[in-house]
Amino acid sequence: MTDQPLLLSGAAFWKSFRRNRIALAGLIMLALALFAAVFAPVIAPYDPAASVEITIDSIYARPSAAHLLGTDDAGKDVLSNFIYGSRVSLTVGIFASFISIVIGGTLGIVAGYLGGRTERVIMRFTDIMLVIPDLPLTVVIVAITKPRLLNIILVIGLIGWTTTARLVRAQTLSIKERKFVLRARSIGAGHFHILRRHIFPLVLPLLVVNSVLIISLAILNESTLSFLGLSDPTVVSWGQMLNYAFERGAMSSRAWWVLVTPGFGIVWLVLGFTLLGHGLEQVLNPRTEWHHLTDHPLMVSLPAFPETHP
Amino acid sequence: MTSSPSSALSLRNLHKHFDAGRPGLLRRDDRLVHAVDGVDLDLGRGEILALVGESGCGKSTLALTLLGLERPTSGEMYFEGTDVARLRGAALKDMHKRIQMVFQDPYESLNPMMTIEEIVEEPLIVHRSFPTSDQRRARVIQALEDAGLKPADSFLDRLPHQLSGGQRQRVVIAASLVLDPTILLADEPVSMLDVSIRAEILNLLADLRARQGISILFITHDFGTVAHFADRIAVMYLGRIVEIGRTEEVLRAPRHPYTKALLSVVPVPNPRLRQKRTILQGETPNPIDLPTGCRFHPRCPIAEDRCRLTDPPAVTLSPSHSAACLLIENDK
Repeated sequence: MTDQPLLLSGAAFWKSFRRNRIALAGLIMLALALFAAVFAPVIAPYDPAASVEITIDSIYARPSAAHLLGTDDAGKDVLSNFIYGSRVSLTVGIFASFISIVIGGTLGIVAGYLGGRTERVIMRFTDIMLVIPDLPLTVVIVAITKPRLLNIILVIGLIGWTTTARLVRAQTLSIKERKFVLRARSIGAGHFHILRRHIFPLVLPLLVVNSVLIISLAILNESTLSFLGLSDPTVVSWGQMLNYAFERGAMSSRAWWVLVTPGFGIVWLVLGFTLLGHGLEQVLNPRTEWHHLTDHPLMVSLPAFPETHP
Repeated sequence: MTSSPSSALSLRNLHKHFDAGRPGLLRRDDRLVHAVDGVDLDLGRGEILALVGESGCGKSTLALTLLGLERPTSGEMYFEGTDVARLRGAALKDMHKRIQMVFQDPYESLNPMMTIEEIVEEPLIVHRSFPTSDQRRARVIQALEDAGLKPADSFLDRLPHQLSGGQRQRVVIAASLVLDPTILLADEPVSMLDVSIRAEILNLLADLRARQGISILFITHDFGTVAHFADRIAVMYLGRIVEIGRTEEVLRAPRHPYTKALLSVVPVPNPRLRQKRTILQGETPNPIDLPTGCRFHPRCPIAEDRCRLTDPPAVTLSPSHSAACLLIENDK
C-alpha cells in the first residue's frame, strides 16, 4: 500500500469506489442476495419447512405458474428452497471468514512484528496447515463432529486462515521497517501502541480485501461439504439441494431446474464477493488504480477505466 | 577530558558492536561489527555540535544508541550527570522524553494514515503527559507554532501527504518538541529537502536553541551545512571521533589528515581560493576487520610505518581542539 489513506475518509473512499465498475457490480449482486436472505419469509412463495401433500405429478414438476422454478423430488417448491438457501451460504461465508481473518490476521501481525523464534514457530505451523489438503481434512472433521451449522462454520473458519496469515505477515514486515515506526520507538512507544497505531491501520486495507475474497472460498467449501452429504439436515442449503437432486434421480428425470437453480446461486454469490474483493483491492491499493490525473481536464489520452487483470 | 557537570550529554569510551553473523553448526563466527568503537564526546547545554562523517562511519548507530533503541556494548553515557546506559524500564522510558530525534526523511517518518494533530500528540499519549485532550491540544498547537507552522489550527486535521516537504519536517520537529526535550538529535534533517527550504529549517533549529536552550547534536556528512550553524564540529571515522574542536578551529586549521581530506573536497565558489584536493583512495574499511594501529592509515596520504602499529590517542591542541593522529607533533 502506498500513502493514499483512502480508508481514512469515507467520502474519498466512496468517490473512488463508485468509479470502479467491478466493485460496484459485486456490491449490487451481493445486495440482492442479502435482500433475499433477510426477507426470505416475505419473498418466498412457500415455506420450505411446511409439509406438502405429494401426488405423483408434484415430484419434479416442471416450472409452472404455481411453482416458478418447479418442484424437487419431495414436491417442494424449488424457488422457495433457493431463496432460503442463500441464508446458509451467507451465514457460513461471513462467520467462517471472520474466524479465518481474526486468526490469520493476528498470527500474521504477531509473526511479522516480533520476528525471531516466535515468527519461525508460527510460520512453520502455518506451512503445515497450508500443505494439508483442505477438503479431506474438512470432510473428516465435519463427519466426526456431526454436520451442524455451527460445526461447519468453525471447521471452515479454523482451516481457512493460512493464506491470510502469510499475506499479513509480509505486509507487517514491510510496514515495521518504515521510518515512522522507528520514530514511534524513539519517543518510547511500547509494542502494543506501535501495533495499534502504526501497524494495524496499514494492514487493515489488506485485511478488508482479503476477508471479502475469503468469504467466497468459505461459501464454496460449504457448498462442497453439503454436496458431499455433510450438510445440516435441519436447514436448506444450495449444496444440499444439489446433493438431493444428484442422489434422487434429478438427472434421469431431466429435472434441470433442480440442478441449475442452486448452482446459479452459488456462482452468483461467489462471483459477487470476488468482484467486490478485486474492486476493493483496486480502490484501496492505488498502485493498481488508475492514474491520479485521470479526471483532470488536461488529461485526455487515458481511458477512464484501467485494464483489469483477473 | 573530564565529565563536566555543565554538559547535557557525556559519552565515555562508548562502544556498540553487532554480531556479524550467526554461528553455524560447524562454523564458529564470532566476528563483530564495530559500529561505534570508543567514542568520547561532550555536548554542552544549549550547544549545537555537528557530528560529521562518511556513510557507514557509525553516526546513525550512535544516534540510535543515544535514543536508547540500541543498548551500548560497553562504556558510559551520562545524561545530565547520570549514567543512562544501564537504565531499563520506566527510567529508560523517562529518558526518551529528554532526548528526541528529528529524522532525515520527512516523507517516511510520518505515518500517512495519521493527522498532524495525532502525530504531534502521540508522544504526549505515550508518556501520559497531560490528562485531558484539551490540555494536549493546547500543547500540540504550541509546539506547531514553535516549529513555525502558523496558524497551527489549520494544520491539525491535515494529513502528511497534503503538506510540503518543509512543512512535514516542521511537523517532525514539532512532534519532537512537545515533550520539552533538553537534547535534540537531528540526523541529516535537511538533506532530503529542497535547497531553498534548508536554510529555513536550520534557522528554526538555531532559533529553538536560542529560545529554549535545547542542545542539538547535528548529524551530517556535509561541512557546508554546518559551517554557519554549529558551535563545534566532531569528525567521526570508523566508529571513533578523530578530531573535535570549535567550528572555526576545525574549518580553518584542521589537524587530522582525514578532516583535511574531507575539507579539501568541499566545493568553494571562488576559484582563486580553491586548494589542491585530496581525494581519498578506496572505500571506508570494513568495520568488521578494523585496520591495526591507526584506523585511518590504509587511506591516509601521509601515513608512516608506525601508523600501522600504534592506535593514536587524542592530542590536545587547544583547550577546545583535539585530534587523534600520531603525526601531529611533526606538523608543528
